[in-house]
Amino acid sequence: MLIKKRSGIEIPSSEITPEHIYASRRQFMKGATFVAAGSLLAACAPKGFNAAPQGAAPVSEDIDLTPGTVSTTTDELGDPINSYEDITTYNNYYEFSTDKDGPAKLSKNFPTSPWQVEVGGLVRNPGVYDIEDLRTKFDQEERIYRLRCVEAWSMVIPWMGFPLSKLLNEVEPTADAKFVRFETLYDPEVMPGQDSRWYDWPYVEGLRLDEAMNDLTLMATGLYGKDLLPQSGAPIRLVVPWKYGFKSIKSIVKIDLVEEMPTSLWMSAAPSEYGFYANVNPEVPHPRWSQASERRIGELGRRETLKFNGYEEQVAYLYDGMSLQANF
Amino acid sequence: MSLDKKQKNKIIRIAGHVGALIPLALLAYDYYFGLFSPDFIREITLRTGKAAIVLLVLSLAITPLNTLFGWKVLYPLRRIFGVYAFMYVALHLTIFVYLDYGLSWPLIREAIFEKRYALVGFAAFLILLPLAVTSTRWAMKKMGKKWTTLHKWVYLAAILAVLHYILLVKNAYTQPFIFAVILGVLLTLRIGPIKQWVIRQRRNWGKGKKSRAPMNS
Repeated sequence: MLIKKRSGIEIPSSEITPEHIYASRRQFMKGATFVAAGSLLAACAPKGFNAAPQGAAPVSEDIDLTPGTVSTTTDELGDPINSYEDITTYNNYYEFSTDKDGPAKLSKNFPTSPWQVEVGGLVRNPGVYDIEDLRTKFDQEERIYRLRCVEAWSMVIPWMGFPLSKLLNEVEPTADAKFVRFETLYDPEVMPGQDSRWYDWPYVEGLRLDEAMNDLTLMATGLYGKDLLPQSGAPIRLVVPWKYGFKSIKSIVKIDLVEEMPTSLWMSAAPSEYGFYANVNPEVPHPRWSQASERRIGELGRRETLKFNGYEEQVAYLYDGMSLQANF
Repeated sequence: MSLDKKQKNKIIRIAGHVGALIPLALLAYDYYFGLFSPDFIREITLRTGKAAIVLLVLSLAITPLNTLFGWKVLYPLRRIFGVYAFMYVALHLTIFVYLDYGLSWPLIREAIFEKRYALVGFAAFLILLPLAVTSTRWAMKKMGKKWTTLHKWVYLAAILAVLHYILLVKNAYTQPFIFAVILGVLLTLRIGPIKQWVIRQRRNWGKGKKSRAPMNS
């Protein structure tokens, strides 16, 4: 059953965005040279690109929104949803390829059915869930989220899915459970990138239990009202919109409740660059990419990166009293 | 019919210009037909950077190729590839500063001085700038010996360019390491004693071949 609902984020944008963020956004956009350069460039931009980034950009006619498949055309900040084509052809999915256009090409024959997700560890009701059961058991909601990649690009994506908390409530974590550990399918036969020796496959990610229980944390099964395509993490993936994109693990086969903090693939690949938390934060720099600004796909130029990717109000409480610099 | 020296020189020059312009032509083609990836700025940044690094390494390969095979005829390509490498570097930097960062100086300052890769890349640009400016025959004559000294800085620029590439990639270092190995070999072949030894080997080998040839016929 499909319910078009934006639970938790169906709030006027004036309420959801703290005043100072709006103010700083405005100020940032006012940077005269910034906008001037943007508008000059608009003239030489290829098709499908918006001009200078703006706080509440109007929906461009160039953006291909398939009619009837999304209930709205912008996120709660008024920024337009990215086109289905951009979302499904520009992907980071190293299990298939390290090129952005590689996953869409190399994942065409990736089998997503039958598919089972094993949920276990420190829970009272462990279980193996068929993907079809997960789709019918939990109401599928539409959630329009910003996705901010650690590489400093971003998109706005209309996901379909259900809050992870519903699944966790069903399996009942025990009192010892402190973290949730997720694992992607390991099958180099269909995921050629897993032959690469640069990484410890399979892909592993983790969340603290309270992060996992937050209403924003989504198990996505679709986007633009359609089932996920393999390059987007079919048939089921995590979406944690206030963290860098790599936290949102794809094609999940295993979810374990554990006591110790899991080590993610990226933590083991480059511990100084990727921490466990990986919260979007313009104040915590990364050695390679500026985290203070980002390129929104479909726009020219850069826009300011928002703390917790603009979801500060919903998630900042999770980190009260924690140093975000130390726990990057 | 064999070509005389002048004709060969001309053909090599033309081929050098055409070859060095291919990346630019491909960019224009993809732009015209709308074939860029959704992150258009990233793509053109990476492509101009790759063209610059390839041409820089190629321009440094010409002298070692002469050492190894006696291909002196390729010498004009040193300057041609070098100047085009700088053209792509300038494009690359312009895209970064203007298209990507929209001339927003606080962000550019942060990027250049806080990101190792950007700092190293910018240093390579600063080294290449005077080399490009003095790449004319006129400057070469006017500066005499100083010209040679100045242009030796290209070695450091190339090392910084490859380092810039290594610092930039996320984790799979295969490609930048290939450039590093090639550059390492090319620079090693320029070290005096090694160069002399290679030339001696080549000459001996050539003599041996010549003296054997009549016996085989």
